[in-house]
Amino acid sequence: MAIIERPAPGTTVPALTPAAPAITPSRTYGALRRPVATTGWKSWLFTVDHKKLGLMYGATALFFFIVGGLEAVLIRLQLAAPDGKVLNADLYNQMFTMHATTMVFLFVMPMAAGFANYFVPLQIGARDVAFPRINAFGFWCLLAGGIVVNLAWFLGGAADGGWFMYAPNSGPVFSPSKGVDFWTLGLQIAGIASLTGAINLIVTVLNMRAPGMTLMKMPVFTWMITVVQFLLLFAVPVITVALFLLTFQRSFGAQFFDVAAGADPLLWQHLFWIFGHPEVYILILPSFGIISEVLPVFSRKPLFGYPFVVFSGAAIGFVGWGVWAHHMFASGLGPVSVAVFSLATMAIAVPTGVKIINWTLTMWGGKLVFTTAMKFAIGLVVLFTIGGLSGVTHSVAPSDTQQTDTYYIVAHFHYVLFGGAIFGIFSGFYYWWPKMFGKMLNERLGSWNFWLMVIGMNMTFGPMHILGLQGQPRRMYVWTEARAGEGFFNLGFWNLIASIGSLILTVGIGLFLINIVVTARSKVRAPLDPWNARSLEWMTSNPPKEHNFDSIPHVHHLDEFFHRKYEEDPTTHTMREVASAEDVLAELERNADKHIHMPSPSYWPLVLACGMPFVALGIIYSIPVAIAGGLIMLYALYGWALEPATAPESDFDAPSSNGHAVGASHG
Amino acid sequence: MLRPATVMRLGHHMADTATHEAHVTSTGLSNVKLGMWLFLGSECLLFGGLISTYMLYRGRVSNGPTPEQIYDIPFTSVSSFVLLMSSLTMVLAVAAAHKKDDRGTNLWLTVTALLGATFVGGQVYEFTAFYNEGLGFTTSLFGSSFYTLTGFHGVHVTVGIIMLIALVAINKRSRVPGSKSETVEMIGLYWHFVDIVWIIIFTLVYLIPV
Repeated sequence: MAIIERPAPGTTVPALTPAAPAITPSRTYGALRRPVATTGWKSWLFTVDHKKLGLMYGATALFFFIVGGLEAVLIRLQLAAPDGKVLNADLYNQMFTMHATTMVFLFVMPMAAGFANYFVPLQIGARDVAFPRINAFGFWCLLAGGIVVNLAWFLGGAADGGWFMYAPNSGPVFSPSKGVDFWTLGLQIAGIASLTGAINLIVTVLNMRAPGMTLMKMPVFTWMITVVQFLLLFAVPVITVALFLLTFQRSFGAQFFDVAAGADPLLWQHLFWIFGHPEVYILILPSFGIISEVLPVFSRKPLFGYPFVVFSGAAIGFVGWGVWAHHMFASGLGPVSVAVFSLATMAIAVPTGVKIINWTLTMWGGKLVFTTAMKFAIGLVVLFTIGGLSGVTHSVAPSDTQQTDTYYIVAHFHYVLFGGAIFGIFSGFYYWWPKMFGKMLNERLGSWNFWLMVIGMNMTFGPMHILGLQGQPRRMYVWTEARAGEGFFNLGFWNLIASIGSLILTVGIGLFLINIVVTARSKVRAPLDPWNARSLEWMTSNPPKEHNFDSIPHVHHLDEFFHRKYEEDPTTHTMREVASAEDVLAELERNADKHIHMPSPSYWPLVLACGMPFVALGIIYSIPVAIAGGLIMLYALYGWALEPATAPESDFDAPSSNGHAVGASHG
Repeated sequence: MLRPATVMRLGHHMADTATHEAHVTSTGLSNVKLGMWLFLGSECLLFGGLISTYMLYRGRVSNGPTPEQIYDIPFTSVSSFVLLMSSLTMVLAVAAAHKKDDRGTNLWLTVTALLGATFVGGQVYEFTAFYNEGLGFTTSLFGSSFYTLTGFHGVHVTVGIIMLIALVAINKRSRVPGSKSETVEMIGLYWHFVDIVWIIIFTLVYLIPV
């Protein structure tokens, strides 16, 4: 696993063939010997490989996507007809709270983290992230956090205060079940994943770029992920404080949100939205990054105005800190605050508009190839623009006070998050699937997948604009025929359309899951460079070898891979192909590094993360359990501190007599 | 084939502080140092949130004691001085580590830990005294936010002490993985940060009247 001798030739051999004999570390670190398995479940459980962890993030996120999606369908079934009987009021509260929590914290964020983990090191020409063990730890924290949040379903009811969990409504008086406790502690654990991931990826991007890759030669996806990590770095600690305060109030009797004792009900709102608004950009910017990769590839043109796309992303990252109170226009902040936050909210539409224009001009005059990835990318541009425009209407405070807590808001954020973030993620699935698994997703099914999602999404969320402007409040668990109104604006009609739309959406996403199965069973291998791509991650085998690059490429251009394949013809001023992808890879292989030393797998990230749910459950049920959890974590930290991240060579037993290398090659 | 004599050439692409060799990174800063700075940047926002909460609530005392009634400024000044002096000894530990002076490193790390422990001891004494004077965690908004803010700081100091002691213990057995002087320096960065936060807390919480 850890030491790779001269890489074996053959660019299309999958990376994880079970070729390597076991490596036996001869020393014990802390309390346990190093794990050595290179195949089977152990190789996943103790891995520190950024690609495996990326896939684990992705699989976990996809699971929670299905959970959150089913919750959404239950909500829509309840609202399809007047006086819905599918859910009672209490269960309905839990359902919309957990739908949003799951989609935001357990699907979009980890899915972006998965893509970032997998592709950022590849895009910058690195062999792993800066802190591989912390990377593994982050994944296990996310999984532990997701489990803790959802455990509440089985232990007396899930959280029911809405995803922004306004205090004092989420205090012990109004939310007596333990759901909110599971929610705060679970998100606290998942927050550790975000924070460690942020530090890890920023250091990776700043420190581990291939020679010649200046910041302004980095692919836009890597850029957007970097902006997101800075947002996380500074937003996560704020929600951490808020969650701690709420936990202390609910579990230890502190008074932070006890209005009777003189507490300020706006404290939670400020803390939450100082985190919560950057969070919105944390959700959308990775998808902006993905389609900034996809659109140029399938337009057969370089990205239009690369520096503008990069700097507008960074600008969103900065201005995103100054708009949080537009979530609180209805709370009586006073005219000065409202004016300032209105203006800032209008201003942040500018860099977003810059991006839309750049994407459009990237496609302008290009030779468009309508693959499924491209369709989803164009879908994002269109649908996000609609959501963005309704977002600008929120910056107009007088209008926003009318729309607050109506379905108009629900319509807006589903257009930007479903039409934006999720369409970007699906674009990424179809674009990068051959890179991750060596097989291409079925394009025919993909087309059905795309069109059903577009139709379903517009049917579900489009009518919500009308419902909201008619005054249907969000989070209302039933509506009655008597007050539904008449004619075009009849609530019943539009609610029914929205519910039918959600079922179409379900079928569309179901087709994607079927597509995964169909692709996995197919025997057809993807070509090396199926899309004629432009960036470094495609300059590896499909899937990439364990060490990513046989030799670290020297970067001379933005879109380095493209420039290795194509050169400008001086007479006609057109680009002509000078090398195939296979040639480029063969060149890297000829110069392969003789001795590649990869970070070693470790037990400690998993053990450390395992302690956390015990601490959480202990705080809820009994302090001794929390102490036991703390001891597990202390033990793990002890082992971790003593173990070098990359095993030194002296750690490995001498080569066996038949001459086979200890750290044998992985093709 | 693994030849023991093979010299590992670890380029910029290599991860973590695996070996004794310095790594070439794109910025010139080592990964751990950059990572530690980022972490401390994040910590600023954590304490920022806690300090804001305290500033909002410090005047809301319900029926409990007010800040003026219970703060013992001379006592806290002394324990603050002790904590600030621990930054000096931490600097001496880092200097000794850079000179590869193992004895000096261990000595100054231990002194730093002891000074930190004195500060935490002072905080425990202070909390006990306040509690006996009628300010509990649940007495008032002032109580909840005071104990939360200073408690979080105290936990940070305690974690620092544990790191210092652990480092001395590991160093005595020569088991520090990676660069030793850098490890000392990283704990030093963290330690100085915690001290600076205390200067802010001491000023805002204790010195500025409500």
